[in-house]
Amino acid sequence: MKIHKYDTVIVGAGGAGMRAAIEATKRSRTAVLTKLYPTRSHTGAAQGGMAAALANVEEDNWEWHTFDTVKGGDYLVDQDAAEILAKEAIDSVLDLEKMGLPFNRTPDGTIDQRRFGGHSRNHGEAPVRRSCYAADRTGHMILQTLYQNCVKEGVEFFNEFYVLDQLITEVDGVKHSAGVVAYELATGEIHVFQAKAVIYASGGTGKFFKVTSNAHTLTGDGQAAVYRRGLPLEDMEFFQFHPTGIWRMGILLTEGARGEGGILRNKDGERFMEKYAPVMKDLASRDVVSRSIYTEIREGRGCGPEGDHVYLDLTHLPPEQLDAKLPDITEFARTYLGIEPYTDPIPIQPTAHYAMGGIPTNVEGEVLSDNTTVVPGLYAAGEVACVSVHGANRLGTNSLLDINVFGRRAGIAAAEYSAKAGYVELPENPAEQVVNQVERLRNSTGTERVAAIRLELQECMDANVMVFRTEQTIKTAVEKIAELRERYKNVSVQDKGKRFNTDLLEAIELGNLLDLAEVMAVSALARKESRGGHYREDYPNRDDVNFMRHTMAYREVGEDGTESIRLDYKPVVQTRYQPMERKY
Amino acid sequence: MATPTLDKADAAGAPEPGFADSPYITVTFRIRRFNPEVSAESVWEDFQLQIDPKERVLDALHKIKWDQDGTLTFRRSCAHGICGSDAMRINGKNRLACKTLIKDLNPAKPITVEAIKGLTVMKDLVVDMDPFFQAYRDVMPFLITKDTNEPTRERLQSAEDRERFDDTTKCILCAACTSSCPVFWNDGQYFGPAAIVNAHRFIFDSRDEAGEQRLEILNDKDGVWRCRTTFNCTDACPRGIEVTKAIQEVKRALITRRI
Repeated sequence: MKIHKYDTVIVGAGGAGMRAAIEATKRSRTAVLTKLYPTRSHTGAAQGGMAAALANVEEDNWEWHTFDTVKGGDYLVDQDAAEILAKEAIDSVLDLEKMGLPFNRTPDGTIDQRRFGGHSRNHGEAPVRRSCYAADRTGHMILQTLYQNCVKEGVEFFNEFYVLDQLITEVDGVKHSAGVVAYELATGEIHVFQAKAVIYASGGTGKFFKVTSNAHTLTGDGQAAVYRRGLPLEDMEFFQFHPTGIWRMGILLTEGARGEGGILRNKDGERFMEKYAPVMKDLASRDVVSRSIYTEIREGRGCGPEGDHVYLDLTHLPPEQLDAKLPDITEFARTYLGIEPYTDPIPIQPTAHYAMGGIPTNVEGEVLSDNTTVVPGLYAAGEVACVSVHGANRLGTNSLLDINVFGRRAGIAAAEYSAKAGYVELPENPAEQVVNQVERLRNSTGTERVAAIRLELQECMDANVMVFRTEQTIKTAVEKIAELRERYKNVSVQDKGKRFNTDLLEAIELGNLLDLAEVMAVSALARKESRGGHYREDYPNRDDVNFMRHTMAYREVGEDGTESIRLDYKPVVQTRYQPMERKY
Repeated sequence: MATPTLDKADAAGAPEPGFADSPYITVTFRIRRFNPEVSAESVWEDFQLQIDPKERVLDALHKIKWDQDGTLTFRRSCAHGICGSDAMRINGKNRLACKTLIKDLNPAKPITVEAIKGLTVMKDLVVDMDPFFQAYRDVMPFLITKDTNEPTRERLQSAEDRERFDDTTKCILCAACTSSCPVFWNDGQYFGPAAIVNAHRFIFDSRDEAGEQRLEILNDKDGVWRCRTTFNCTDACPRGIEVTKAIQEVKRALITRRI
């Protein structure tokens, strides 16, 4: 075991982690621990753009953007946070441009902007061009630009270091962050990082679904680490299903395709979104479009022999426009489906995409241990966190924005904290839990296989807690997850070695997915209303009287060692906007 | 009723364009295994599996790892050609496993899979990427400007100037190009195509003001002049970047001293 000491430790090197690292490295001695080489992070898969009311191509302002974000989130958004997001969006985009990001340009040479779902002029009048983009590879450009600037700033990376535990020490009865414990993939060695401040920026949990746009590595590692140490997770029942994943594969096809004029059609060729969202049509918010697609499918208007998908039609757009604005997604259709998007529509279905919930933070990125108490020295930003700027449904292009605005804020706040705070003492035997976990898995002679349990989990989640949910389906999921958690205790790995043991890594990741799937299902069962991405067929309406509040889920361990989940609730921060019926 | 389940295979009815029924076939994967914890020598190992030929090589590697041999080790993440984790040598050519479909590989014969060349193999298909990223860092891969007063708004750039370096912005640092280059195989000191591509991305960016410095770095004995124009890199690039052309443009800029 090795012990390292840094002022600031950042867990994860996607957009949020690297944006934080650029700030933290300027102000404090910083280490970035990342499971993947930084440029492998899933920020790079984001396509369509980053929202900011630059008003480069038409009238726009941050207040309209704030409203759209609050409405898009079905009024579960904390409105103070949304206002910060929309206001700081403008400088965030300009900062990236100054760092070198090659945005597409207008004829005047300014940053070009395009339409995106749920973004409107003047509180819903019509779609507005707010998304700043670089073809359909905006996330790739952001990830590369941030990595380039990390190289420039001399950020210190520990690549392929997998953080498995959050260290907490109580000082005068208050939980403080003391550091993290990491597993080095190349050697199997355990490392303890003592740090004054820790920032989680480790991304989402999408791999508990089968049809998902998420990378294999998005297994909720950060959420699981803090949750197991008794800290709450907020709004975990809210998961976004992106309307246009490649049929069966789940690979993302950007909403920018509809922003450029693409149309969703059912088997009769009908532009069905006109029925569900007369103003915004194909550019309604993602939860609305995903439900509309499944409604078409369930009512027998789906495409294909099984009627299990619909079409994204780009055939009316000029090939030059597809080549210039949507080169990557048209190539995906050619590579993975053998389809030519110039002439044939692309079969799509909703795909699990984004966790709105996560580790609760305030607007400085400080992690909360209950509704109001800050955990000194602990921060989170990006998809792992819940500020909450996305509420019950995130708008497209607001996640690339979120990682830049709140990654930056968390990086500054953490480094400023570590500049004035001292080290908190490490708990006795800090690596004990991780050593035990790793050794138990490595030495297990159990008969259960990781891949089998993971597949059953994913199929259960797709079938029961996806776009449509009922009391019955969610209960089915809760029971199945409990069974899988029991079986997981008997899981073993075939690779017993120390060197690059990805077999062991997958086993650990599955443990995280199972814990978080349970939190999601239990949180969803208790929310007896429909709001944003959480749609209950048995409670089809939003219930602001009882449920305009955030879910806070805590892991409890009884005296006999039994684990359970305790749910509590936190009020939504409301400033300017009263909840209204949501129409697009 | 819950969300419909969408993974029922082999339904009746007319297949759609691009979705002809494709029964599973038996494929042999011949994988070059190496684990210094077990043996100092690498060995070829055969695995047979049933797979839909429209699936990816990465899917096949997963099936082997998950159903047959958990010790098989490779890197992967996004699984659709964006993250650059899974460059490997498939039937003797550098490709991304997640962008290569079985059907495009003549699956009647064994499909060989081995680590990319020129970088030290750590285990099975995993190589040491540090020398690759060091060469990348050496070309100063970040925008350098000399303005003392930063503009308050964005810098202006015409669509034409933006287009000038578009091709080289697509690089995902997967190392498929560099590890396909015979010069790099023989001399690991050579910067390699990927580093030059990333230098090109800034040299030809109208906003950048350090083109001269970067050209001097690439004028080094281990720089662009080592390129023998074999076009392996261009063939290997999973992003379709015209790598050799980019290297030629850097050479030309060095000769004419004009960007």
